[in-house]
Amino acid sequence: MNPKYLVLLLLAWFAALVQAQTPEIAPDVLVKNVTDEVLQIIRSDKDIQAGNSKKAMELIEAKVQQHFNFTHMTQLGVGRDWKNASAAQQKQLADEFHTLLVRTYAKALTEYKSQTIAFKPFKMNAGDTDVKVRTQVNQAGSKAIPLDYYLEKLPAGWKVYDIEVEGISLVINYRESFAAEVRSGGIDGLIKSLQNKNKTGASESKKG
Amino acid sequence: MGRRFLVVTLAAALLLSGCASTGNPKDPLEGFNRAMFTLNDDLDKIVIKPAAQGYEAVLPTVMGHGVSNFFANIGDIFIAANDALQGKMPDAINDVGRVLVNTTLGVLGFRDVASELGVEKHDEDFGQTFGAWGVGEGAYIVLPFFGPRTVRDSFGLALDLSVDPVSNMYPISDRNTLIVTRVLSDRAQMFPAEKILDEAALDRYTFVRSAYLQRRRNQIFDGNAPRNRNDEE
Repeated sequence: MNPKYLVLLLLAWFAALVQAQTPEIAPDVLVKNVTDEVLQIIRSDKDIQAGNSKKAMELIEAKVQQHFNFTHMTQLGVGRDWKNASAAQQKQLADEFHTLLVRTYAKALTEYKSQTIAFKPFKMNAGDTDVKVRTQVNQAGSKAIPLDYYLEKLPAGWKVYDIEVEGISLVINYRESFAAEVRSGGIDGLIKSLQNKNKTGASESKKG
Repeated sequence: MGRRFLVVTLAAALLLSGCASTGNPKDPLEGFNRAMFTLNDDLDKIVIKPAAQGYEAVLPTVMGHGVSNFFANIGDIFIAANDALQGKMPDAINDVGRVLVNTTLGVLGFRDVASELGVEKHDEDFGQTFGAWGVGEGAYIVLPFFGPRTVRDSFGLALDLSVDPVSNMYPISDRNTLIVTRVLSDRAQMFPAEKILDEAALDRYTFVRSAYLQRRRNQIFDGNAPRNRNDEE
């Protein structure tokens, strides 16, 4: 036997072994773990409760954002114009949208009062690579709000590519505004608008 | 009063149509709608929001929940009626049960005992019933004061108001007190969402329109709207 094949075989075996030793976290477990961890931190963090967006952003950057596929989210948000963008433009779009989503998420965390999250029964078939994890935000004095996560299986594990609040898809909700920006100023116009939006937000949160 | 107001608005919208547009086929009245959106925003900024902030500041949180529960309980009567009109009898029975429990054990609805017992609250109105019957949504329209609707939902709203016990109450002075309280209570509940919207949206008008249309579609499917993200709607 050619020794080269032997090396390949060894490598393949080794890779399989490594994979077996780090069992993949199921999507519903992932959502639950991250939610529980983030809620626990906010509940004990007086600064975030008092509206400190910067601290909330740091929390998201440390605990949450690695579980999102921002490129896919941007692609869905931009819709049909995505394929007309160059690789460099796509990267810029994804970076700016990433920032905007993190900022928005941070704002949502600072609005946290005493809501609890309930996890709805989850089932998936072996081999599924695209799933929906349903949760529900319960708050005293008002109707529960459905909050659903869409995850896809990537080599790096399960990643969230959309969030739906009461049936409103976050990424699809951007599609019309993004399309309008592209119509009036091209892809670069959209990038510019996102940059401006992220900048104004930044100065506002410094004030606050 | 509500119905005449709506008819006048729809007529004005039709007359003013044909203005500038971002090209959404569901929003042929965009010129009118944007103007109305701004007007509603101004009305909110000057009158309703400050009043709702005052309301929230004065009323302890627990009582605020009580007031919103009280109005939600009245709403459940019509949610039950709409369930029945859509043929969802188990839901209708569930919602009649909620009203009975909350009106008695929940002291006129101030406490939502039914939810505490796990009897789920639903969300229905005449606009959704029309949708369930297969009536198309028609053009998107921003109504004065009431905000985003579609033509179908505007007719739904007119019916909702015509059977609403609060709007039809006598004497007028009590009715007005209740209507104002309900507006402030509803508005105060929107404070968190509003801050998130301001952070999220590039163009608030477009963002609100997309969200309204998506949400209504989902409500009509009772949370199970078929979805294909790659659709280029």
